[in-house]
Amino acid sequence: MFYWIGAGSLAVVVCVPFFFMISTAFKSRGALMNIPMEWIPKEPTMEAFAKLFDVPYFIRSMGNSLYIAASCTAAQLLFASMAAFALTKIPFKGQKVIFSLFVTALMIPVQITFIPIFIILTRLGLTNSLNAFILFQFFNAFAIFMLRQRMLTIHDALIEAALIDGADWWRIFFQIVIPLCGGTLATLGILSFMSVWNDYLLPLVLLSDRAKATLPVILSGLSSQYKYQYDLMMAGALVSIVPIFVLYICVQGQFKEGMTVGGVKG
Amino acid sequence: MRNAKIRNAVMAFTFLLPSLLGFAVFSILPMLVSATVSLSDWDGLHELTLFDDAAGFFREYGVGLSHYAAIFRSAELWQTLGNTLEFVVTYVPLMLIAALGVGLILTQKRRGSGVLRALYYIPVITSWVAGALVWRWALSPEYGIVNAILDIVGIRGTMWLQSEDWAMPGIVLASVWKDMGYFGLMFFAGLRSIDQGYYEAAQIDGAGRVRQFINVTLPMLSPTMFFVIIISIINSLQIFPQVMVMTPGGGPGGSTMVMVERIYTRAFSYYQMGYASALSWVLFAVIFIMTFVQMKLQEGWVTYSV
Repeated sequence: MFYWIGAGSLAVVVCVPFFFMISTAFKSRGALMNIPMEWIPKEPTMEAFAKLFDVPYFIRSMGNSLYIAASCTAAQLLFASMAAFALTKIPFKGQKVIFSLFVTALMIPVQITFIPIFIILTRLGLTNSLNAFILFQFFNAFAIFMLRQRMLTIHDALIEAALIDGADWWRIFFQIVIPLCGGTLATLGILSFMSVWNDYLLPLVLLSDRAKATLPVILSGLSSQYKYQYDLMMAGALVSIVPIFVLYICVQGQFKEGMTVGGVKG
Repeated sequence: MRNAKIRNAVMAFTFLLPSLLGFAVFSILPMLVSATVSLSDWDGLHELTLFDDAAGFFREYGVGLSHYAAIFRSAELWQTLGNTLEFVVTYVPLMLIAALGVGLILTQKRRGSGVLRALYYIPVITSWVAGALVWRWALSPEYGIVNAILDIVGIRGTMWLQSEDWAMPGIVLASVWKDMGYFGLMFFAGLRSIDQGYYEAAQIDGAGRVRQFINVTLPMLSPTMFFVIIISIINSLQIFPQVMVMTPGGGPGGSTMVMVERIYTRAFSYYQMGYASALSWVLFAVIFIMTFVQMKLQEGWVTYSV
């Protein structure tokens, strides 16, 4: 009994804003401000979506978001696995020092470094560049940490055998270690894609050119440009959620482990 | 043998190169730049000569520690910290209750629990900008769904984001909604790791479900609880998109000014890069102190299972 009351009321809390978003997105401008409120639009219309796709740079911003989410994810997975590989499988002095240095970086949030990052990229002439976001993925402490944990469980005998057979480190990395990390890489990939797709602060600061803006930046701009046109804003919110929602449903099985893994990130 | 050692070191360095570069340029260098710029009143508009001619830069823009002095004298800082405190003391308990609820519900293996788990997690995967836009509209005093629902239960709604007193609670509601699935899953993981033997022993001793919850579940869950509290407080100090989107400009009467929003506004609306950098160091110090205090408190009340 308690179970159903609890489960039900939490589900309602989760759903109400989404319900309101969807219902508003299909209302006409006039129906928006009807009192009493129309819970379900009496005359549903796609007007808001048509207007939304006419908003300058809206469609383009979806492309931009897709581009940086995909390229940043690829870069993060590659570079973090390379680092984790060196920190676990190639014996050299300084492994521990470098790893603990990297871990301290987890304590420095982007909310503190976004101003100097803006300054550095301005100096490098890399503001308003989507590719600059790939640079941020050269080093990702969280991904290195997770992949290191995974690689520590790979038996060293496997590596030694390959070395004796004459394989070089690159071959060992790409043909032995990477395939064994599949699950962790998939989980990290999903988390990374979602976090880049949803990121707001850095794109807001670094991409002031509308043609380069990402979806969240254009979306937040709607609220000042199209004041009170909430049908438009809700349509925009809905459109931004759908791709990530579809991705989430597709990878849910994979994600079950990923969610608790991601919990360490904070 | 020696050769192999050197070869390994070179190889390791090659594999580490991208990460080391990124670490140097986007973790270490920003701290140095931020510390340096915080001692200047550079505006972000004039050319930055710091990297080419540091002495000249300081001759032109150097102000010493005066930004820090100004920050601690400013009413804005104390109002900002007060707002943040208001956020923390309302958000953290509400979120804990909701997230614990999510965790407890998910541990019950019943039909449809997979669907519930997916459902509770949807706000987490939603972007904050989309979520904040939805909440801004949902909290509209005349046309929003929140006041409409309150009206049905016979409660008169408030002005929410347009009122000095209710703007922050509105942001808290949105944040609890967004985060409860995330922390709920952490509780779920924590609850699952509790040894069933404790419950059996408690049952044999005649403890009811409530007693079991208080005397077994809560103490066994305290490491998770501790972790969730730390993370959620540290996150609370850094809230940004929801505040920017729901109440642009610091909210009515500055009632939703928070640290990151102030840092952003100072840097990119007022063009006070120096002041903003100093402010970000104050934030860093606060986060650092919070983490430290929590670590100390942890020793007192966390039960680790043996």
